[in-house]
Amino acid sequence: MTQRPLISLENVTITFGGLVAVANVSMFVEPGELVGLIGPNGAGKTTVFNLITGVYRPTSGAIKFADKNDPNHMIDLVGKKPYTVTARGIARTFQNIRLFNEMTVLDNVRLALSHSFRYGLLASLTHLGKFHAEEERSIEEARRLLDVFDLRDKQDELARNLPYGEQRRLEIARAMATDPRLLLLDEPAAGMNPIETEALAETIARIRKEFGITILLIEHDMSLVMKICERIYVLDHGQLIAHGTPDQIQHNERVIEAYLGDDDDI
Amino acid sequence: MSRLSLKNSSNAASPMRVVTTKNLIILGVIAATFALVWLLRQLGIVTSVHESTLALICINIILAVSLNLITGFTGQFSLGHAGFMSIGAYTTALILLRFPTVWGFLAGLVIGGILAMIAGIIIGFPTLRLKGDYLAIATLGFAEIIRVVFQNMEITGGPSGLASIPRMASWPWMIGLTILTILVINNFINSYRGRACIAIREDEVAAEAMGINSTKYKIIAFALGAFFAGIAGGLYASYFYFIAPGKFNFLTSINVLVIVVLGGLGSLSGSVIAAVILTVLTTMLRGFTGVNNIIYAILLIAMMLFRPKGLMGTIEVTDLLEKLRLFKRKEQVE
Repeated sequence: MTQRPLISLENVTITFGGLVAVANVSMFVEPGELVGLIGPNGAGKTTVFNLITGVYRPTSGAIKFADKNDPNHMIDLVGKKPYTVTARGIARTFQNIRLFNEMTVLDNVRLALSHSFRYGLLASLTHLGKFHAEEERSIEEARRLLDVFDLRDKQDELARNLPYGEQRRLEIARAMATDPRLLLLDEPAAGMNPIETEALAETIARIRKEFGITILLIEHDMSLVMKICERIYVLDHGQLIAHGTPDQIQHNERVIEAYLGDDDDI
Repeated sequence: MSRLSLKNSSNAASPMRVVTTKNLIILGVIAATFALVWLLRQLGIVTSVHESTLALICINIILAVSLNLITGFTGQFSLGHAGFMSIGAYTTALILLRFPTVWGFLAGLVIGGILAMIAGIIIGFPTLRLKGDYLAIATLGFAEIIRVVFQNMEITGGPSGLASIPRMASWPWMIGLTILTILVINNFINSYRGRACIAIREDEVAAEAMGINSTKYKIIAFALGAFFAGIAGGLYASYFYFIAPGKFNFLTSINVLVIVVLGGLGSLSGSVIAAVILTVLTTMLRGFTGVNNIIYAILLIAMMLFRPKGLMGTIEVTDLLEKLRLFKRKEQVE
């Protein structure tokens, strides 16, 4: 028997004007899995993330996510706003890094801890009551996360001053601070050299072990995808063209065709 | 801003962070200002002209700091500040004309602030979906509507406004409320709600993806900014005896915006410094009608050319002090 999925997409379609960006896509991710989502440029991978996180509303289809308290109960994510999707346990990173540039590394993470603060508006205005205790707690919590991502000694730097690779790591750290059960990583290795990619693979392995988190990963770096993913979905022109283990995907005719073009194109 | 509080905490993670060198310095500066003005008044150096300039400085500081929360920290381009100010001004004036006591004044300020806040929330819901220039136009239109309403109501004296408002806004009131405004808004910015506002300015999509309900925080910023604009209006009404709808036209909103931009979007001390400079400048140029606006324009153009981030950028004076101290520390180590 297979487990109940953590998230499932059922026949999800979205059209922008006449363009069908994602067509009839069904997929699922089980708790604890690391699943890859690959495909050529413009295949609609990031659109799938935007559909899951509520940035776009699907034209048709359903997106279901396991309830926090009762994993057997699936809640419908369609029509939910991005911040409520995050509150239900889905966090993401962005293809083109979107950090809060003028905020410090520590504050970037603390911002994502906003859900955990327990003081009222009056305490915000007066700094009385639980204010200081709560702020201290959030600093400790953020530092613990920065430790995991090896960014502790950069905590007082502005996010925009970090080197590229560290900005990518900070984005993952920030996403983890929202306390997600599902992490969506959008091309985390983009622009990284092989050594940085290697380190990223280790980081991903570490957060899976430490936080027991489920990951859905978009990536162009095939060596990384084939190495770390347990299952892979392949998207081309908005349609799912293949689904299987890395080994199956590597030998799938249609995937090779999508990536390299078929004979007629040459 | 928040950089600062973090450095404090990394140096000493004691719970007694209220008594820090930074807070003591701020307290010292406030006390010194009080003492200085008191002394100058006792010596008779401060005349009533000076005093009205001081009052204007305080009012402009409150306006600029509260607009900075909306435009500088939360990134919402608003041109409605004169509207919020006028609600506070008329409320205070109407209450004071019936109850010409300190209690009437206090009630006027509080009720005026709250009414302005309610107006901020009411216009916030429909307009905060708009972005950038569109929001500016919507808020501008809103402020004009309020002005026209006051202009056509009998109770507010129509176009000629209200006169002989009892003067209760004495000097301690002015500076006390100015300091209160700065402290409260500074506190807010350095709380998780304030960080949420800054994150919305930095990248709204990312903020939402981190679980921030951006509409909610924009409305909080709008409400808080409008509240203090209402307070500033109340102070204005009670200090200058007389208010009329013409005082609260869009030029007033723009003047406040100029102060905020000049001081630095996202710097409270920048707003304070720019408010002082521009108010003094305006007062000095009072004799030359029109020159005022030319100077404003030249200042703005020069600023955009040579220092587009404003006088202080997003940095506070206290940050600078902190940095200086850090440098010293390094030297000692070497």
